Amino acid sequence: MMLQKRRIIFTLSLAVFLIFGSAGTASAMHIMEGYLPLNYCLIWGAVCIPFLILGVNSIRKTVENNRKALMILVMMGAYAFVLSALKIPSVTGSSSHPTGTGLGAILFGPTAMCVIGIIVLLFQAILLAHGGLTTLGANTFSMAIAGPFVAYGVYILCKRINVPKSVGIFLAASIGDLFTYCVTAFQLALAHPAEVGGFRASFVEFLGIFAVTQVPLAVIEGLLAVIVMKGLESYARPELTELRYFEGGI
Amino acid sequence: MTKTVKLILVLSLIIIAIAVIPLLFINDSEFGGADGAAEEAVTAINPDYVPWFSSIIEPPGGETESLLFCLQAALGAGVFGFGFGYLVARKKFQKGA
Repeated sequence: MMLQKRRIIFTLSLAVFLIFGSAGTASAMHIMEGYLPLNYCLIWGAVCIPFLILGVNSIRKTVENNRKALMILVMMGAYAFVLSALKIPSVTGSSSHPTGTGLGAILFGPTAMCVIGIIVLLFQAILLAHGGLTTLGANTFSMAIAGPFVAYGVYILCKRINVPKSVGIFLAASIGDLFTYCVTAFQLALAHPAEVGGFRASFVEFLGIFAVTQVPLAVIEGLLAVIVMKGLESYARPELTELRYFEGGI
Repeated sequence: MTKTVKLILVLSLIIIAIAVIPLLFINDSEFGGADGAAEEAVTAINPDYVPWFSSIIEPPGGETESLLFCLQAALGAGVFGFGFGYLVARKKFQKGA
C-alpha cells in the first residue's frame, strides 16, 4: 500500500513536468541581446560578480560539508533548467516562463542559485538567442540574484511568523518569480526612460508587459515548488535534515 | 489516497487550469513572448535606439529553436527524474528509513 502511494506521488510530480515540457513555442522573456546600452551592461555585470563569488563559495561548502545534499542541489539546477524552458501562455496574451530559482534558494540559500541561474542564462543566450551575452549581467541580476534573495527572504519571514511550511514555500517561490520580472522592467525602464514621463512612465509600461504577464506564472511556480517539496519531504528526508530544512518547527 | 497525494493532485490540476485558461479565453493572440512586446515598447519609447549587438548564433527557424528548448527541458527533466528515481528507490529498499 505504502509503496503504491509513493509511486503515485512520484508519478504526479513528474507528470506536471512532462505536460509542460511538450509545449514549446518560439519566444523569450529575458532582456534581449543588444537592448541595453553598454554602460548598463557593464554596471549590471559588475554588480553580479560579488554574488557569483559568494555563490561559488557556497556551493563549494555544500560539496565539502553536505556531500549527500549535493544531488538535491543538482536536482534544483535541473528544475531551474526545465522551468526556464517552459513558455506558458498568460492572461495578457503573451507568454513568459517561470524562473525556477526560488526553490533552490529556499534549500541552499540565495547565493548558490546565482551560479545555477547564470548557467541556465548562458545556455539560453548562446544556443537559443534568448536573452543575450551583453545583457547577461542584467538578466543574471534579476533571475539569479534578486529573485532568489527575495524568495529566501520571504521564506525566512514566513518561518519566523510560523506560517505553515507549504504556504511559506508557495509565497517564497511565487513572489521571487514575480520580483524577477519587476526587476527586468526596472532595468529596461532605467535604460530607456520615456521622453514624456521619464523613468516612471517607462517603468509602468514595462511592468505592464513583464509583471502582469508573470502573475499567473508566478502562481504556477509557487504551486509547483510546493509539489516538489512535498515529494522531497517524502523521499529526501536525510538530505533535508542535513540542510536543516525541518528545523524551526512545523 | 494520503493527504499529500491529494494535495499534489489538486495543485497539479490548478496549475494546468492556470496555463490553459488564457488559451481558451483569449482567441486573438498568438501568445508571443513578453520580450517581443518589450522590444516594441523600447522602439516606441526611443525610436532612435538601435540594438548594438546581436546574438552570435541564432537558430535558423522556429523548429530548431523549439528543438533547443526541448533539449533544455529534456536535460533538466532527465536529471531531475533520475534524482527523484534514485531517492524513491533508496527509500523503497532501505527498510525503516
